[in-house]
Amino acid sequence: MRTETPWSTVFELLAETGWETLYMVALSAVFAFIGGLPLGVLLHVTAPGGLRPQVFTHRVLNFVVDVGRSLPFVILLIALLPVTRSIVGTTLGSTAAVVPLTVGAIPFLARLVEGALREVDTSVVEAAITTGATKPHIVRGVLLREAAPALVAGIGVTVIALIGYSAMAGVVGGGGLGDLAIRYGYQRFDTRVLISTVVVLGVFARLVQFLFDLGARGIDRRRRVTA
Amino acid sequence: MITVENLTKSFPGRGGEVRALDGVSLEVPAGTILGVVGTSGAGKSTLARCIALLERPDAGSIRVDGTDLVSLSGAALRAARRQIGVVPQTDSLLRQRTAAGNIALPLEAAKVPGPQRKQRVSELLELVGLSDKASTFPDQLSGGQRQRVAIARALAASPSVLLADEPTSALDPETTGSVLTVLDRVRSELGVTVLVVTHDMAVVRRICDDIAVLEHGRVVENGKVLDLISAPGSRTASALLPELDQISQQHSAGYDRVADIVLVGFAAIGALLPEAASRHGVELSLLGGGMTRLNDTPVARFRIALSGERADAALKWIGERGAVVRHKPTLVAGTAA
Repeated sequence: MRTETPWSTVFELLAETGWETLYMVALSAVFAFIGGLPLGVLLHVTAPGGLRPQVFTHRVLNFVVDVGRSLPFVILLIALLPVTRSIVGTTLGSTAAVVPLTVGAIPFLARLVEGALREVDTSVVEAAITTGATKPHIVRGVLLREAAPALVAGIGVTVIALIGYSAMAGVVGGGGLGDLAIRYGYQRFDTRVLISTVVVLGVFARLVQFLFDLGARGIDRRRRVTA
Repeated sequence: MITVENLTKSFPGRGGEVRALDGVSLEVPAGTILGVVGTSGAGKSTLARCIALLERPDAGSIRVDGTDLVSLSGAALRAARRQIGVVPQTDSLLRQRTAAGNIALPLEAAKVPGPQRKQRVSELLELVGLSDKASTFPDQLSGGQRQRVAIARALAASPSVLLADEPTSALDPETTGSVLTVLDRVRSELGVTVLVVTHDMAVVRRICDDIAVLEHGRVVENGKVLDLISAPGSRTASALLPELDQISQQHSAGYDRVADIVLVGFAAIGALLPEAASRHGVELSLLGGGMTRLNDTPVARFRIALSGERADAALKWIGERGAVVRHKPTLVAGTAA
């Protein structure tokens, strides 16, 4: 027998789990940025033909990032339980879910950062080298500045990926909209809740995309094609 | 002053090493403009990249005002780079920075404090004639304007040497003029030594004091443009002087003497030839050639034909007036192929 949850309860559930999703995604996005940006820069500058080519370091980083990106998130979630416990003190709840979310998002963002930096024209970087600038100065003043619009867009993509990953947080009791969809919609055949979560998640993703697009375009000084 | 000695650079290629530079030696005296010319693949770009310290040569030395730069690294290399302003071949401006922001880049690298930096940037914008474009982004500038910003950027840290790699290759003739004017001012007003790498002889014609012709990684001709122009068989002369190859041999049939004459810095050429004819009572015909200007110096090359007993005397007289006279074989009338 199928019982539909009354609308008032649905709204309560959506508010509660929506907040959990927001909390997990925002926090892990911040940490992913702190870890993923330097990792992406390192991937780029150590590459052959980069600012500071380091074949061995580059290979190791590449391997780590590839493994990190290919692991299914659920596996990462479980494999990282000991790490989570040592950092957060518990393996349950939204805060505990932030650890695997961050670890999952760092290699994801690092690849996007690397790609964005690769788009910066070599001649621009070489011109900066001929001015006698130091490598850190070139990374900050030229590479990151020139790639800034693509970097902002990349962070947006990462945030949306994190919203997807966070659906798995239910496994460790982290809650969130995805977890709500699984528990009510999938396990209890409650279509009303299922559709509601999908709508809210959709709005979330759309909002994130819109804001980051706006930001990326706002800081881009290249000529905009108007036609 | 730039002194390049025995510069050699090879790249691995299919079927063995490719020698891009094969013992290149050059000298650019302080305050002059040297044009390095050659066809594509002659090694021009490699030479430019070596002097810009972007490529390390296999052997040889590059000295700017006496200091060898090839073996430097770290902070000493960065300091040396500030001695050489580089205008790269391709569009190299930061697209996310304004014209002023781009010009400020070398000043940031040299740790010039903010107020001084602003002062210097506005000086440079004025030098290249873009004071009104300070806060314009590169994408809103024309090709010629972008190239002038690149020159201003290269000059920002007051280098003693400016290296321009094909500075006009992407520009139309009109904007080429504005860029060359700026390079000329850089030499004459700032006393900067300039090395221009180009495939365009018009650049040499307009601004170069000296020329080095590169072929298969070797310097095959090197010297003052005005000296080489009158040297027999020089590539510089054949590329810069008015064309004579189009003249059919048949035109010279029936004359007693045929000669090519080259005049450098002689403005009264129009009066010289008629006078030679009337003084010696010979018939003198102009078969071809013309006048042109190298920088500010008028130069001319004509092929003339003479008939009359005193034809040799007339040619000698022209030679005594400062022209380089080169005799050509004459054809007997009617036998021309």
